[in-house]
Parts: sequence; structure tokens; C-alpha cells
Amino acid sequence: MHTSLMADREERRFAEVSRESIKLMAESAGVELGDDVAGLLAEDVCYRLREATQSSSQFMRHAKRRKLTVEDFNRALRWSNVEAICGYGAQDALPFRSVKDGELYFVEDREINLVELALATNIPKGCAETMVRVNVSYLDGKGNLEPQGTVPSAVQSLSDDLLKYYQQITRAILGEDPHLMKVALLDLQSNSKIAALLPYFVYVISGVKSVSHDLEQLNRLLHMVKSLVQNPYLYLGSYVRSLVSSVMYCILEPLAASINPLNDHWTLRDYAALLLSHIFWTHGDLVSGLYHQILLSLQKVLSDPVRPLCSHYGAVVGLHALGWKAVERVLFPHLPAYWANLQAVLDDYSVSNAQVKADGHKVYGAILVAVERLLKMKALSLSQPVEGGSSAQVGSTMGSTGYRVSSPGLSPPPEPLTEAALGIASHLQAGGSGCPWEEWTPVPLPAMYSELYSFFGDSLAVRFSTGPGKGNYAPCNPSQVSNSRKEPSGATSNPDTTRKMPQLTANLNISPRQDGSPRMDPSVARASSVQRSRSSSSRSGQRSTGLSRDVFPKARFTPPQTGPPVFSFLIGGRQMGRRCQGRRPFQTTFAPSASLPIPPRAYTHKLPVIGRVGKPVRRWTCSHYSLHLPL
Amino acid sequence: MRCHDFPKLELPVFSSAHAHFICKMAAVQGGLVDAVEEKTIKSEPVADATANNSANDARAPSSSPGSGVSPGVNKPAAGAAEDQQTLLAVLQFLRKNNLSESVEILRREAGLPEDSLDQKGGDSTGTGLGGPEADGRTDAGSLLSRVTVSSSAPLKSGKVAVAEDQPDVNVVLSAYSQQGDPALYEVYYSGLKKFIETVLDCHRAELSQVFYPLFVHMYLELVYNNHENKAKAFFEKFSGDQECYYQDDLRVLCSLTKKEHMRGNETLLDFRTSKFVLRISRDSYQLLKRHLQERQNNQIWNIIQEHLYIDIFDGMPRSKGQIDAMSGSLAGEAKREANKAKVYYGLLKEPEIELPLDDEDEEAENEEGKPKKKKPKKDNMGSKSKKQDPNAPSQTRIPLPELKDSDKLDKIMNMKEATKRIRLGPDNLPSICFYSFLNAYQGLTAVDLTDDSSLIAGGFADSTVRVWSVTPKKLRKVKSAADLNMIDKESDDVLERIMDEKTASESKILYGHSGPVYGISFSPDRNYLLSSSEDGTIRLWSLQTFTCLVGYKGHNYPVWDTQFSPHGYYFVSGGHDRVARLWATDHYQPLRMFSGHLADITCTRFHPNSNYVVTGSSDRTIRLWDVLNGNCVRIFTGHKGPIHALAFSPNGKFLASGATDGRVLLWDIGHGLMVGELKGHTDTIYSLRFSRDSEILASGSMDNTVRLWDATKAFDLETDDFTAATGHIHLQDNSQELLLGSYMTKSTPVIHLHFTRRNLLLAAGGYNP
Repeated sequence: MHTSLMADREERRFAEVSRESIKLMAESAGVELGDDVAGLLAEDVCYRLREATQSSSQFMRHAKRRKLTVEDFNRALRWSNVEAICGYGAQDALPFRSVKDGELYFVEDREINLVELALATNIPKGCAETMVRVNVSYLDGKGNLEPQGTVPSAVQSLSDDLLKYYQQITRAILGEDPHLMKVALLDLQSNSKIAALLPYFVYVISGVKSVSHDLEQLNRLLHMVKSLVQNPYLYLGSYVRSLVSSVMYCILEPLAASINPLNDHWTLRDYAALLLSHIFWTHGDLVSGLYHQILLSLQKVLSDPVRPLCSHYGAVVGLHALGWKAVERVLFPHLPAYWANLQAVLDDYSVSNAQVKADGHKVYGAILVAVERLLKMKALSLSQPVEGGSSAQVGSTMGSTGYRVSSPGLSPPPEPLTEAALGIASHLQAGGSGCPWEEWTPVPLPAMYSELYSFFGDSLAVRFSTGPGKGNYAPCNPSQVSNSRKEPSGATSNPDTTRKMPQLTANLNISPRQDGSPRMDPSVARASSVQRSRSSSSRSGQRSTGLSRDVFPKARFTPPQTGPPVFSFLIGGRQMGRRCQGRRPFQTTFAPSASLPIPPRAYTHKLPVIGRVGKPVRRWTCSHYSLHLPL
Repeated sequence: MRCHDFPKLELPVFSSAHAHFICKMAAVQGGLVDAVEEKTIKSEPVADATANNSANDARAPSSSPGSGVSPGVNKPAAGAAEDQQTLLAVLQFLRKNNLSESVEILRREAGLPEDSLDQKGGDSTGTGLGGPEADGRTDAGSLLSRVTVSSSAPLKSGKVAVAEDQPDVNVVLSAYSQQGDPALYEVYYSGLKKFIETVLDCHRAELSQVFYPLFVHMYLELVYNNHENKAKAFFEKFSGDQECYYQDDLRVLCSLTKKEHMRGNETLLDFRTSKFVLRISRDSYQLLKRHLQERQNNQIWNIIQEHLYIDIFDGMPRSKGQIDAMSGSLAGEAKREANKAKVYYGLLKEPEIELPLDDEDEEAENEEGKPKKKKPKKDNMGSKSKKQDPNAPSQTRIPLPELKDSDKLDKIMNMKEATKRIRLGPDNLPSICFYSFLNAYQGLTAVDLTDDSSLIAGGFADSTVRVWSVTPKKLRKVKSAADLNMIDKESDDVLERIMDEKTASESKILYGHSGPVYGISFSPDRNYLLSSSEDGTIRLWSLQTFTCLVGYKGHNYPVWDTQFSPHGYYFVSGGHDRVARLWATDHYQPLRMFSGHLADITCTRFHPNSNYVVTGSSDRTIRLWDVLNGNCVRIFTGHKGPIHALAFSPNGKFLASGATDGRVLLWDIGHGLMVGELKGHTDTIYSLRFSRDSEILASGSMDNTVRLWDATKAFDLETDDFTAATGHIHLQDNSQELLLGSYMTKSTPVIHLHFTRRNLLLAAGGYNP
């Protein structure tokens, strides 16, 4: 059909088929038409076309469309007993062409090579199946829940109730009244209807950067994170990333508050690190590659000598919190390089350096705790490859894997012994290119131990409960090391695992039990202790304290036949039992170090020094208690 | 043409009363239009009414109406003189088409003497039938010309008598032939225009109503008398004066410039065959009359006399706003008398079902299996307590199917859910869930959800019907007959055992139609699904076997909509043939035919008490029909475009309608008045739904929005006696106050809305990327 449209007259209501077109069409059919006949025909054709168009629009309306299709027109034709026109049913727009000379306009109609079409290799796929999907578009007639992942700027679009709730909660948490804050945190942790508010809370939490001068506020915000993370009704989704970055900020940044040495930002970092590991272990699966990213940023901080020591401290604590594998992978290889820097700091006895040196000791302590656990866990993992299954089982039944190290303050709750124990391990692998077992060959335990020993000397051995008992310790005797290691670990690990489970929960709570810290705001303490008190914490807390007493007497009595090292163990044990400060080698080794004949190792001479600066450390440790549940 | 062979095939089985039907078919064919048609339709409801009434009296109390409903069509109402005339007309038509065998059969059955036809034929063919026969044939071929029926409203009779013996288009048109000088038409019209512009303000608006029909008729006269250029000039000059809401009609009109075009043009026939109704106060009318007589302007006076129906009322002339609110339909306003009939809009008394305390009781009841004993008791109860709504029809006015045990269970479920229903209001808006049809490339044309929101069905332009389960419960077919024989029929879980687990799937596709499926409706008991299609049929599908059970033929043209009665069993359909039909699932013939619309019936809905159906049409009117006697009891005008959505309020008192003009109009059924206008949508409204307690009206539109309106406030008005008596309404423009919310979809037209039993709003539409 080639239709030529006449466009000569000014005002035209309809498209018209011109007399000439009719003549042309007649000619092509072999009929000669007179002018008047053609004119009449043209007019009639126009009218019929208009009529058909009119009735075809009805089909369009009932098909609930805005676009008139060829199909509609054909239906109209069919109902008026006119043959339908074929070949124009395609969805694509038809190219409309014109020929200048003949004033002809026509729809391009190319020939199609059927053979080619039939033998074509790119067989068109059938369109996807028609289906119905439902989504909640508007809740209570308000607010579209759709745009997730972005933090909306205006709180005003919430319903009044939610808005009120939001205001009350934020005011309570960031306000003065400790009791209110406690209640607010508790509610935040258990309220099932605050999904819509999640973006706003995340937004508030991301305000950590603006309050870096105020430890108190930072602490409260971290508590808010913890409540959100623990709320079982919240699906954090991609907000995990935002939460993690806020927490990382608290761990790593040289906070404004840390300028004043009296501010206990160390505690905040410890707490944040613990929180980080908690978020990671419980919600790490929500964001892929999160683990790797965290490791990378920690590594970056650690390897940056320009950063202040408190940042390094944060990185070490963070790595420690992420598990011994993270320590092995990031901290251990980096240690020799770092050690030189640290030593320089520690060796400087000038008065002006006093503060920095104190910080250096903190870092030293943190590293020591981290590598100790690394050694222990590594030994454990080597000694019981067979028992991996059982530990994994324990882990899975308890919701997280066994945790059996003597640094309850910091270690992350679930620590899979074997690689395949839990999803976390797979995350380790999946976490990008940095799969530790493929690219990075692990240092064998004896080598590792000897290297570490070269840094820490006996302060390390004290923790390790191995060789020193045998008198002359040969650091490079692998068989001995592994043997001696096997014994205690094999004997203690299993009961440890089971018995220490309660510690895990208590640990997760991070609720301070013995409030000995003068700096600690009682509100924080109470608020967090309330969080679980109703259900489990009181009981588990009790049990865990009892347990720790259990554990260490045992440790005390296993090695008695070995003589001198008993001392260290005893001391260590007492300390653990009393203060749960496994992390602090300074005090632990303080007393015995004087009496012990220490083999002259590379850096052991530091120990007394470290011990001497114990005063400020002591205060910090006290406050430390308040935040971390002692065993 | 399709219907040519239809009568031939079907005729031998027809009883004489089926002549109505044949007649309709004949009229559909094109030639025969006015008189005979009108008569048959008029007479039919009478016959039905008597038949059905007697059936009710006799049966309803004793036996179950479900099985006892008899289609009134089968009852011949012999004896009436006009009926005989109808028969004669039919015979005449049959003979004309050389259906001699049918003629014989019909004549024998009707007991007419052999020569009666000849006599009759003699005097009518002389005037009308002889020549036009050929024309009739050609008309059959012309576009979409078909049955044209004038209103069956009471006031029609005068015209009927005149046209009775001239059943042809030509004759109809010939009324235009004896006119005066075409050159003077413009003078006449502008003379009148000048006069109306100079009258007092209070009369001007009323008299202006005359312009449009006058304009159209004068134009048509010019065209008919072959004054093509004069007609064009006339159109050019005055078409701009017409109200904007007549634009669509004007467009059709101006495409029509030849006498030949007039034949078979439905719009034109509508104009000619139905009188355009104007409501004018007595004062204004006197003014007009005096003017025309003074000027001896017979030309216009004749047109007014012949083609206009002026409904004169005493009292204050209406304002422009009042007039505009009510006008816009194809044939003017409704006559006041048309909306005077009593409508029983109240709800039927719910059968008394006691909420079982626990499930065991329920089990016990079912196992006893003595519904017969219980049923009469309940009926007695119902009749004893006469406390029911005075506006409600009697329980047995329409025979309704008896409740099955499963229905009772469902009612119990409904009641339980109702107790958990959210109370909606302006401060407590419903949550909205959207069902998006994805990958619906074939075109989604209709959607329905079951009352309990467990199933959703879609009708598609590719002729398929698809059913989805929106609950975790999958759709399963009943096992094949052979497998069914194997199962233990005594077992308690026999209903579970008959289902074929292998067929479980989330959705099922129903094949059978041969054209787009425009209407779809679930039966209340969720056992059946109705679909109406462009192929002219309505199909009943079983949701147990997922097969087609019945194809209901009768419309012969696209069926735009269909809906099940809220009590099941009956359903209504309407389509391009302008006739709405009432069917019962177990009858392949319609029980009632509701004719009166001047254009396609675009949507059909059942009243909650099943005694009425409402139809919306492209003629921009809404009609309410009484199921019992087939009468049109309400005509609502005011929409300015085809009506595509209708919804009764759950209490049965009100009606909401939406049209292509993007407006929702609210109607008081009892008073027959427009009570509100909701403006806001920018495109066709395809769905309307009241919340379960009538507090909120939701409207879904092609403009990709759902809007919520405060229905409580909209209907909270007192109708004073004066307004009720005159039908003059004062609408306040408070759409913005009533609009509670407007919710965008993601480029998805909203074509269905549904409130769950707990008042959650479900919307559905096909996503168009």
C-alpha cells in the first residue's frame, strides 16, 4: 500500500488520499480512471479509513494501551468484513520513505532471505515467561520503601510515628541520661518495626567523624551500631558497609580525642575492633569482599610509618579481632619491618618522647597479644587436624566456632580451627585475590616461633607454656616445639572449647561487670550490661567467671614438674583470673622477670622497661575492665 | 458476515419466543433497525417478568432456586397483540432472506395463519421494505453497523409508534429530506444564536443546550440533501461554538460529508433514532418557543419538535455549572422520569452462620451432611426477622443459589478476617501492594483477583488466560477419570486425594479464545473463571480441571466485559453490540438482554445484592438495570468520555464511575443523583474499588497512578427533597480535599484494584518498559 498524503491545503483535519494516488493505484492494477471517478473514490477511501481508524481505537482502549497498533486496525477491518493487511505486525517502527520525483511516500519493504533466516545460527531466544511479582509499594499509604542503599537526606518523609521514634531514640542515646540510653539501646536491639529507619540510623552513625573529639559520643554511637547489628529483625544489607566504615574510623583514625593523653581512646579502639569482628562474623556475608577490604585497609595503616602509633595500635587490634589468620597473613609478615620503627620509639628515653613511648608500649603489648594467640592457634590447628571436624561441629552448634585463647578482651568470638569449618573460612578464601593458602605460603610454626621469639624473648614464652620448662630452650628445634605443643594443646583444647563457650557469649556482650574505671561513664556500663541481662548474661557471666578460675588452676597444675616456668604461669594465671588482662604482658611479666634467668635474647632487655612504665598503663587497664567483660 | 449462517443453524430448535433472539440477529445484520427491534425488546422484559415472578412464587420457598431458576426467555407470552406484530415482522424478515423453512416452523409454532404474513408484508414492503432490501445488504457490509436500539425507557413509546412500519435506515433518514433552502441554514442558526446570546443571563445557559443538537441535525440535513459544501461551511462556522466535551462526536461528524456515508454510521443513527434530551425550565422554554414562533422560524422549530425531547420543569433555571455537570452524553441528559423508579439498593440479609468455636464443630456439621434440614430453618429465620434494611429487596426477589458447605466455610473465613480488618480513614491509609505482570509482551488486557486474594488471573491480547496462585499453595488439577476411579471415595481427605500432585504449579494457562481477552472474572467460590473475548464468546473455565466448560455465544461481537454475580451462578456481559446480557452458568442462552445503550457497553458490574446490574458505555452514560424484569431503572449522565470503570460501594448505596475523561463521578443510587466529582487523574480510569468498609475509594488509571479518595466525606451529604425531586445538583469542587493520596507506579498502568479482606490494597498492571 503506498499512500501519498496531500498536504497542499492549509487546514486539514484528516489525512487524505489524493485523487492522484487513486489514479496511480488504479494504473498499477491496470485500470484507467477518470478524474471525477478518482475523486469520488478518493473521498470514499478517506472516509472508510477514518471510520476504520475510529473503530480500531476502541480496540486500543480496551486493550488498555495508549498506542494504536496494526493489530487494532486489522481487528477493525476484520469486523467490517474487510481483509486484514498483513506484514505490518512487527513491533519495530516501519521506515517511511519518500521518492522526491514522484512525490511518493511508502513504507520500506525489503526482501527477506528466507534461507538465510532459516539457517541463521543466532536463534532468537524465546521471551521470558510472563509472571506476576508483588512488591509492597506503599506502607500505610506513605513512603516508598524502594530506594534502598542510599541515605535519604530528609527525615521528614517518614510517618509521624516513626519520626517520633527516631527522634526519641537518637535523643536518648546521645543524650545525658544513662538510664534512657540503656532503654533506647535495648529497644533498638529488639524492635522489629524499625526497618524503615535503618538508613537514618546509619546516617547518624556515620556522624562519627564529626564527633571525633568526644569519646563519649563515639562510644555511644558504637553502642548504637552494636544494637543495630544485634537486632534480629533488621536486614542490614548494603548498610553493613557503611556501618563498618564508621567502626573502622573509630579503630584506625588518630581521633582528635587522643591528643589528650588522659583520654582513654585505647578502650574505644578495643571496643570498636571487637565490634568490627562481631559485625564481620555475623553479617560479613552481606557484602562480598568485605573481609579483604578490611584487611587491606588495616595493612595500609600498619605499613604507613607516618601514621601515629594509636592508628597502628588500632590496626593491630583490628587484625587481632579478625582472627589469628588475619594476624598471620598481615601482621606477621609485616612485623620485622615494623619492629624496627617500634624499637626506635621504645629506645628513646628522652622526656619529650615519653608520651610517644607510652603509646609505643601499647602497640607492643597489642602485637604481643596478637602473635601469642597466633602461635597458640596455629599450634592448635597443627596439632589437631583430625579434631577439626569436632571443633567445627561445636562451633556450628553454638553458632560460632570455638574460641580458646587467653585474651578474652579482644579475640573475635568465632574462630574456626580448620579451614572448612564455617562460612567465614570460605570468606577468607573468597575475599579476593588474597587467599592466604595459595599466594602466601605460611611460615612453618617453628620458624614463626623462633622469629617471634627473637622479637619478644621470654615475654612470649610466658604465654606459650611450652619449652621453657625443659630448661634450655632451643628455639629452633622443631620436633621439640611441636611435641611440647601438642601435649598441652591436645589436652586442653577440647575441654577448653566446650568450657569456654560461655565466655564467648559473655564476650559478645562486651558488658562491663566490674566497674572499676574512673573514666568510664556508668551509663555506658549499665546500658550495655542490661542488654542481655534478662535473658542470659547474668548466668553466663557467672559461669564464665567460674570457668576462668577453673581453667587456670588447671594450667597451673599441669606444668609443675617443669620448675621455674611455673612462676610465670602462676602469675599469668592469677592475672588472668583476677583481671582478665591477658593482653597485658607488662604486668604479667613484671614480677617474675626480675627473678627469672632470661636468656639474652635480642629484645628482652625491654621488658623491665616496659614494666616500669606500668603506672599509666594500669589506669588504662582499669578502665579497660569496665568495657570488656572479665571472665 | 458471521451471523448469516447462525440463524439457519440454530433456528429449528427455537421455540416461538426465541423470535426475539432471531430478530436481534436479523437486526444485527444491518438492514432492519428500528421498529421491530424496539418492540421485541420492549415486550421481552414483560414476558420475562411475569414468567419469572410466577416461577419465584411457585418455587422459591419449596425447592432450591439454584436448580430451579428458569430462564424467562423460554416462556412465551402469547396473546399480546403487539407480540403478534413482532412475530409478523420476524416472519417477514425471514422470508426476505429466503429462510422459508424457518418461516414455516415459526409460523406453525406461533399458530399464525398462512396468509397473515402476506398481508403484513404487503402493506409494509410497499413503503419501506421493497426497495431498501438491497440497501440493507450493502449495509451489512458496511463498517460495524448493527443493531441500533432506542431507549427502552418508558417515554419511548411515541416515537415507536411512528417508526413501527418503517424499519429501515433510509426511511429513518428520509426525515431529513423535505427541508428548506440550504443557504438559509446559517442564517437560521446564527439568528438563534444571536437571540440566545441576548436573553437574560439566567436563561442563557439553559437555552445554550439547544445549540449542539440543533447544530448536529442541521448539519446532517445539509449532508443528506447533498449540500456538501454548504455543510462543510456550516460546520466550519459553528463547530467552534460547541462545548468542548463534544469534541469526539464532532470529529466523527465532520468526517461525514456524503449522503452515502450516513448510511451505516452508528453515530448518525444514534442521533436520528434517539431524541436528544434537554432539561429546560418552563420559563426558558417559553422564551425560546415565543422567539421561534415570532420569527416564524419553522426550520428550527421542526427540528426541535422532531429530534429533541425537551424535558420541561418548573422552577429556577439551572446554572451553567449544573448543566455542564450533567451533560456530555451522546443523547443528552437522562429524563427525570427515567430515574424515578424505586431501586432496592439495600443488601440482602446474610445467611446466619454461627462462627464455630473450634474446628471440630465445623467438622461435625459437615459430616452430618444435613444442609437440607438446616436450610429451611435459616430461611424461616430470615423471613421472621423483618428487621432487614427497608431498601433491600426481598431475599427471594431473584432466585439465588443455595449456599454450599464450602461457601459457608468461606463466609466464616471472611468473618474471621473481617475481625482483623484495619479500620481505614484519612489518617490511616491502606498499604498498597502492586502485582506487576512482567514480560507481558503479548499485552495484558484484563486482571481479576479472587475475593480472598488467593488467585490472580490475567487476560491477554494473545487470547490466553493465565491464572496464578499468589499464595504458596500451588495450583493443581483434578486427576483424570481413570485415576479418580482408583481413589478411596470414603476417605476423609478425598478432596485432597482427587488432586493430581504432579500438575502442581504456580500458574496455569487456559487456551480457548481466538481473540484478546477483555474481561475476566472469578466466581465467588473460586471454582470457576469467566473470560470474555474479542471473538464474541464468553467462556467458563473450571479452576479444578483448568479446562473450558462452556462457551457462551450470543454477542457475536467483541465482548468487552463480564462479571460474576456476587452470589455466583449469574453473570453479566456487555460488548460491542450494545446489549448487555444476563446469563446463568447452566444456560447457554442469556436470561435477560438489557438494551438501551447507544454505543458499546464497555463495562458491566453486579450490584452487591445481585438484583441489579450496572453498565457503562461509550455513549457516556451509565445505566442500572433490574435483573428481575430487565428494566432500565437509572440513567446517569455526566461523563464526557467512554466509561471504563464502575464500582458499587459495599453497602450498595452508591456507585462510582470512571471514564476516559479522567474523572470519577459518584452517584447516589437511591435518589438517582450525582453526588460527587473527583478530579485528579490525567488519563483513563480503568479500575475503581471501595475499601471493605466503604471508607476509601481507590482509583487506578492509565496515568500510572493509584489515587485514594475520602469516600466517607464524599458521601457525607444530605440530599434535600428539592434536589431529590428536581435532580438539580450543586456539586462543590472539593476534589483536592477528598484526595488522600496519589501513588505512582513504575510506568505501569493500573488496571485492577482490590481490597483484601483486611483492607490491604492490591493493585495490578502490566509493566511496560
